Amino acid sequence: MSIAFLLNGTPVRIEGEAPTRTLLDWLRDVRGLTGTKEGCNEGDCGACTVMVTDASGSKALNACILFLAQLHGKAVRTVEGVSGPQGEMHPVQAAMVAHHGSQCGFCTPGFVVSMAVAHLNGARDHDDQLAGNLCRCTGYAPIVRAAEAAAGEAVPEWMIADREALAGFAAGEAGVFRPADSDALAEWYLANPDGVLVAGATDVGLWVTKQLRELAPVAFLGGVEDLKGIEVQAGQLHVGACVTISALRDAVAERLPSFGELLRRYASVQVRNAATIGGNIANGSPIGDGPPALIALGATLHLRRGDEMRVMPLEDFFLEYRKQDRRSGEFVAGVSFPEFAPALRCYKISKRFDQDISAVCGCFNVTVEGGLVTSARIAFGGMAGVPKRAALAEAALVGKAWTEALVEAAAEAMAGDFSPLSDMRASAGYRMLTAQNLLRRYFQDLNGVPVSVLEVSA
Amino acid sequence: MSMGKPLPHDAAPLHVTGQARYIDDLSFPANALHLAFGLSTVAHGEITGLDLSAVRAAPGVVAVLSAEDLPEMPDCSPSAHDEPLLAVGTVHYVGQPVFLVVADSHLAARKAARLGKVSYRELPALLTVDDALAANSRFEQGPVVWAKGDASRAISSAPRVVEGSFEVGGQEHFYLEGQVAACLPQEGGDMVVHSSTQHPTEVQHKVAHALHLPMSSVRVEVRRMGGGFGGKESQGNALAIACAVAARLTGRPTRMRYDRDDDMVITGKRHDLRILYRAGVDDEGRILGLEFTHLFRCGWSQDLSLPVADRAMLHSDNCYHLAHVRIESHRLKTNTCSATAYRGFGGPQGMVGIERVMDHVAFVVGREPLEVRKSNFYRAMQAADASGGDISAKMKGQGSSKGGEVDLTSRGAAAPVGSHALPPDGRVQTTPYHMPVEDFIGHELVAELERSSDYRARKAEIARWNAGSPVLKRGIALTPVKFGISFTLTWLNQAGALVHVYQDGSIALNHGGTEMGQGLFQKVAQVTASVFGVDTAMVKITATDTGKVPNTSATAASSGSDLNGMAAKAAAETIRGRLAEFIAEKHQVEPSAVRFVDGTVRVAGEVYDWARVVAWAYQARVSLSSTGYYATPKIIWDRVKGTGRPFFYFAYGAAVTEVVIDRLTGENRILRADLLHDTGTSLNPALDIGQVEGAYVQGAGWLTTEELVWDGKGRLATHAPSTYKIPACSDRPDVFNVALWGKPNREDAVGKSKAVGEPPFMLGISALYALSDAVAACGDGSVYPALDAPATAERVLMAVRRVEGRV
Repeated sequence: MSIAFLLNGTPVRIEGEAPTRTLLDWLRDVRGLTGTKEGCNEGDCGACTVMVTDASGSKALNACILFLAQLHGKAVRTVEGVSGPQGEMHPVQAAMVAHHGSQCGFCTPGFVVSMAVAHLNGARDHDDQLAGNLCRCTGYAPIVRAAEAAAGEAVPEWMIADREALAGFAAGEAGVFRPADSDALAEWYLANPDGVLVAGATDVGLWVTKQLRELAPVAFLGGVEDLKGIEVQAGQLHVGACVTISALRDAVAERLPSFGELLRRYASVQVRNAATIGGNIANGSPIGDGPPALIALGATLHLRRGDEMRVMPLEDFFLEYRKQDRRSGEFVAGVSFPEFAPALRCYKISKRFDQDISAVCGCFNVTVEGGLVTSARIAFGGMAGVPKRAALAEAALVGKAWTEALVEAAAEAMAGDFSPLSDMRASAGYRMLTAQNLLRRYFQDLNGVPVSVLEVSA
Repeated sequence: MSMGKPLPHDAAPLHVTGQARYIDDLSFPANALHLAFGLSTVAHGEITGLDLSAVRAAPGVVAVLSAEDLPEMPDCSPSAHDEPLLAVGTVHYVGQPVFLVVADSHLAARKAARLGKVSYRELPALLTVDDALAANSRFEQGPVVWAKGDASRAISSAPRVVEGSFEVGGQEHFYLEGQVAACLPQEGGDMVVHSSTQHPTEVQHKVAHALHLPMSSVRVEVRRMGGGFGGKESQGNALAIACAVAARLTGRPTRMRYDRDDDMVITGKRHDLRILYRAGVDDEGRILGLEFTHLFRCGWSQDLSLPVADRAMLHSDNCYHLAHVRIESHRLKTNTCSATAYRGFGGPQGMVGIERVMDHVAFVVGREPLEVRKSNFYRAMQAADASGGDISAKMKGQGSSKGGEVDLTSRGAAAPVGSHALPPDGRVQTTPYHMPVEDFIGHELVAELERSSDYRARKAEIARWNAGSPVLKRGIALTPVKFGISFTLTWLNQAGALVHVYQDGSIALNHGGTEMGQGLFQKVAQVTASVFGVDTAMVKITATDTGKVPNTSATAASSGSDLNGMAAKAAAETIRGRLAEFIAEKHQVEPSAVRFVDGTVRVAGEVYDWARVVAWAYQARVSLSSTGYYATPKIIWDRVKGTGRPFFYFAYGAAVTEVVIDRLTGENRILRADLLHDTGTSLNPALDIGQVEGAYVQGAGWLTTEELVWDGKGRLATHAPSTYKIPACSDRPDVFNVALWGKPNREDAVGKSKAVGEPPFMLGISALYALSDAVAACGDGSVYPALDAPATAERVLMAVRRVEGRV
């Protein structure tokens, strides 16, 4: 491997490291930059947050599940580089001191980087910007006070310098397989069907840091520009597989607000900035949040193998637990779905609102015309070994008058749709009851009854 | 005056720039070795085979140790010598270290540790309190019972009886910095240990014991921890001992840190328990008699479980006078990780139990819960005859503990037993353990919070809102806190400090307390600077070091600033006294006429710069270094009988929490919290508010989203932040009003302040009872919610179903 990137403004070239060595390990063990901390080594605590800048902008990412090879041609800024060249404090650093935002201090560098990136990008939704940073000492209030206090301060020039420096930075060849377009990817994957495709590495990263697996051969998809597009055609959104959850959220926030709200609660900023919708689908997890919403929308999946393209309704892709209708050498190229769906509602039930995996994710898209249900798409995550439609409940609704009594009947019918499991997130009984109750919630919601505890204030 | 100023944490500028160093950030020699444990995969079993050949052959492995390599197995226990470093013959829980890998990198050690092949003959595993009760598997001979009055008779003659059973979950500490230690071998076999520990002397003792060294040959240094919360009082021992053993074996420096998942599987957590209660009450909800049974799940080894369970008993009254009470406490031994210290040390478990009783009683008698709480309060301080007093004077003839192997500085050590006369329940009411409550400020404090939080009007508004909201329901509750301050093992209530003044006037401060984020170092620096009348920045804060201040108690029990602040004050006053004497003599005045203010020394109309006086004193051969020592007065305690004055004083507080729930899914969140907390005369109001806010969120997390789940094989299913959910940023209350009560401590604590580490944790209990209130609003008032903890969405929904009459 031979990769190059900017580290706190200075070009670095790394030779001979394993491409799947994590940035965090390398920063701490090789560079001696110990400000970036390891809290969990799985992308859930944010203590390792760094800023990564490329042509698409500056983002917060978790260094613990970020492979060195993913950084080729980018600019990395750690907490040490958030301070100015003469050691000047960044406004968020000064505010964190003034507002008592650190106690034990171990999570603090990660918070500071997240805050500095949000500050740079003008983001003021502090709770969302910081949802991926855990603090066990402060209770967060002083940290948010600091973020608010710093929001009006000017962005220091060194925080902008990475963008300019990148313009004149020639990283050269990566020395790892890093296709520039999907044709190159298709060819490689056909030849290496047992290879590992690494897009955001938010899941694959844990194969390395927790399962301690060696990955080879690996294709790093960060440069596949033609899979990063979002296009609108004939009322459909066509989303490339390498579109990040952050970019997808931006695209659907106004068109499909309930889907956008679901994506707001999809992991954290750091994870959404890395994770891709293609990875979320191809992974085949029964508890991913993308598929239930997309299935409820009636999404079409686009697969590619060599030069051959295949399309299918998304729900047909998921055959059984961790088994998909994907042939050897075939990869997810994209997904398309209606641009608007006024009746779509997505409900995520988890132990914690932010940065948690769903116990149950229920997505509802029922069309009512003239008082009658003309179509019903109801899809769940967390209720089966795959993301799955509630076929019996849907059948109970279609063609009938949309009333509370009908919803009760459909909820009863739903009991035949699923046999959920008990695990650490919820019991089977809770899952079933909640799934049924989410249909009841949907009815109330469409009738304008307040149903979200997130929309209540004291 | 430096004391009382809202200064930032001393290390804040280092924290925010990434310069603050934690143990894993330190530079070690390049030949340093890295350690990892191979862990048991069964909850209880006899080891029948151990094949470590693949481990030994793995890349980078230098050595692999198991029981057969260590004929004298080092012990890691802070109490009963029942925690071998590596399993000997039998494993007792999933995650118990079975072998130790020594390798040239952290990753190599972790990878190799996965390659061990261990075969077991599985034995029946006791996983729950029911399993343990059935098998009579417990620590101590039987349950501990403390009683006052005749609870049974009082209950049977009471107009009403309220009873129930309450499950209370445990809690993972989730310090952001995991457990970590390092050892640097020294000449002559000595050892220097860096440990992320709240108890350096304990680590020193355990390492010395493992290496057969006197304690003087082991030096333990702790600059800071990345969070502790009790999880680093005893749980760091294993890493430090492993590092020491491997360092001696190889002659090389050694380092060890747990990966997060290993940390959560191996180390102990807050004790979970079941609380059974039976209360006899009158129609107003006044408690006439009360019986509690605590069933503590202690795990496989004793660790600190006995004093934890004691402290739960000691907080089973909270703010309420119980004339007739009986508390029965079972400390059950199970095949799970050994539950340990966690902020509050059993206090929260005891307190959440009595608050459950208050909530339940109020529901049954149909009164406003706050009114029921207040009508059970201890008598107000001003109404009490404060001369009821000094119980310690009445307690004589303390037995002394056994010497030898006893872990003298551990809270797990055996306590003395004595006899003494009990004070009567007179004007000054006594606790269930017969301690007069002389400082009760609950009435005034709660009245002030009721006013400032607008509790009554909001309660009425919530009722109106709920009437118009079919799906969402809001709830509100006010709960008080009374928390006893002092180690219940009386001899631990001592501390030492070491202060140097250098010839340029700069000051170096060292004491036995450790810094884990609570701001202890800054508070003690402020106390020290105040003695000398200099700016706090003049005081250099130095790492806790057993070579500088010996025989330290754990930084625990909220005692850090009380004990170490007083010790540092004593040391500084000694030096100041010498300086005053010296300068007074020069001016022919009394030393008492010398004043140290604003960086100057004022005497006989002259104003000298501090540094100048120090330089003169040096030249005049005045000693500019001193130790200081403090022992807490007035306390005395017999834990077997459950009588005495275990606490120097009580810290008080109260909280109002408002929540909203969804009756269809049980989803819930905190909307607003109003906290009023008693810190005495705060040493640093900014740091204290930080402790109060942070403790509330952590306490509310314990009772809401933080759920530990073990499967039927005793495996912890929630062993990472992906599955164990501590509060995130948006979980803090939208409206979060925090104030300090701020009236001086009536006892002579440092600066008239009060300890603040643990007490506000229990302000979070108000969140559970606000949820109970919201659940109750889903029913017709005939069924009590009986909401267990943690009140996850699932538990809330099940409680809603109960009050709706659906289950």
